[in-house]
Amino acid sequence: MSRAVTTRRKTINTVLAWSIGILIFFPILWTILTSFKTEAQAINDPPLFLFFDWTLENYSVVQERSDYMRFLWNSVIIAGGSTLIGVMIAIPAAWSMAFVPSRRTKDILLWMLSTKMLPAVGVLYPIYLIFIELGLLDTRIGLVVVIMLINLPIIVWMLYTYFKEIPGEILEAARMDGASLREEIIYVLTPMAVPGIASTMLLNFILAWNEAFWTLNLTAAQAAPLTAFIASYSSPEGLFYAKLSAASTMAIAPILILGWFSQKQLVRGLTFGAVK
Amino acid sequence: MATQHSRSAARFMMAPAVILLLGWMLVPLVMTLWFSFRRFLPNRPDIVPGWVGFDNYVRFVTSSAFWPSVQTTLIIVGGALLITIVLGVLLAMLLDQPMWGQGVVRILVIAPFFVMPTVSALVWKNIFMDPVNGLFSHLWRAFGAEPVVWLSDAPLFSIILIVSWQWLPFATLILLTAIQSLDSEQLEASEMDGAPPLSRFFYIILPHLSRAITIVILIQTIFLLSIFAEIFVTTGGAFGTRTLTYLIFQRVLESQNVGLGSAGGVYAIILANIIAIFLMRIVGKNLDA
Repeated sequence: MSRAVTTRRKTINTVLAWSIGILIFFPILWTILTSFKTEAQAINDPPLFLFFDWTLENYSVVQERSDYMRFLWNSVIIAGGSTLIGVMIAIPAAWSMAFVPSRRTKDILLWMLSTKMLPAVGVLYPIYLIFIELGLLDTRIGLVVVIMLINLPIIVWMLYTYFKEIPGEILEAARMDGASLREEIIYVLTPMAVPGIASTMLLNFILAWNEAFWTLNLTAAQAAPLTAFIASYSSPEGLFYAKLSAASTMAIAPILILGWFSQKQLVRGLTFGAVK
Repeated sequence: MATQHSRSAARFMMAPAVILLLGWMLVPLVMTLWFSFRRFLPNRPDIVPGWVGFDNYVRFVTSSAFWPSVQTTLIIVGGALLITIVLGVLLAMLLDQPMWGQGVVRILVIAPFFVMPTVSALVWKNIFMDPVNGLFSHLWRAFGAEPVVWLSDAPLFSIILIVSWQWLPFATLILLTAIQSLDSEQLEASEMDGAPPLSRFFYIILPHLSRAITIVILIQTIFLLSIFAEIFVTTGGAFGTRTLTYLIFQRVLESQNVGLGSAGGVYAIILANIIAIFLMRIVGKNLDA
């Protein structure tokens, strides 16, 4: 009898959870569907759900109107570059904090996180001026540096959390066997830390990809990534729903796919391992 | 245990990150402070730059836009936090139950987190909230009601709705992870003892979640205090949706009054730090635990 109750409860849970899940996902689903409609079908009243003439026309129009590939490439370079450089700077720092902790380690970690609290808008103009001075405005390298810096605290924290979980006994054993600090790092720690480093990079790539404030304010034509590409569709004269949907789908598809693969890492990474 | 050698090596390895972040914090901060005491309008060559003391600060605080912008900021942050945490707890508890296709549902729920803010704001504004062709207006008309002009009739609600949609996945995911670590024996024991579901929730589940909730509040506050794209592409700060961030942005970049905007920036930094000190203390405590 208890089995029947369980099945019934499971059915109710399933129906309820799926309804809510679809409701939450609906805006994305609707955008993807709209991207395959003609403009007339996109604003049809009543709305057309699945039975319309599927077309790829919007995608080619969007590509013609603005060079999607260039924005995409900028996004890849900026997100990838800032993640790569950030990790290279953060690994030694997180390593030393996790394995050679001092009394100030915790303070330094909290201070690093507190730089995330610095409102970007409060320092926008100085950065703007520095960028003009250094010729970095609307360049990919400038954005790589800024986005690396805004995400650096999170990278350090995530890596610190992962490194903390590597048992110290293993290091001691290696040291007893006469391994130097360099050998210890390369042969003992690195292989154990690879999964943590990989998920840190993944999450930071996603954060950098979606970063909008700095990319909107520091780029114009040359270095603009997909966040800016999509903002160009906000002008009233560009109110073509199907094309807007196609552009949106093109902007989010790469990161949506990447994000789905990294949902587990997302939790550990963003909570610094404080929630298990 | 750490040797002198490894300690100096550690200091050396930490140096790049610490120096970079220190520079990233101090250089623009000092410049902002400097500008905030000056008359500085780059687009107005006729106005001579110079020291004005605390003029900018006084003008910023006494301008009619200041307090409403602080209020708007707090309403948006508070509203989004409230919605995402309450719904996040409920949704996490539901997703923790046995069901078919749990993995797929979880992916559906999480997806909005990966949508970039410019895209989600544009999609909501045009495809859903547009008063003529938006899906909501079709829906309203189907029921014979007059469509709502969302972004001008209920602007704050609309922005909170968009922001909550983006952040609910994050809250749910963190809270779900926390719920899954709950000792099920404890729950079963209380169920045997005849504790009603509500008191089980308030005495066992909620206290267990408190730490996860703290972290959700911390992370979301960091990001929500500075939401920009959502307002930039929806209302552009009109209809009472001008947050402090957006007000400063308008002063600095749109009206090119860098001195005044910088004073506003200093206020924003102070506000963020008041909230930060409070949050950091909680996180610091959780680090020890």
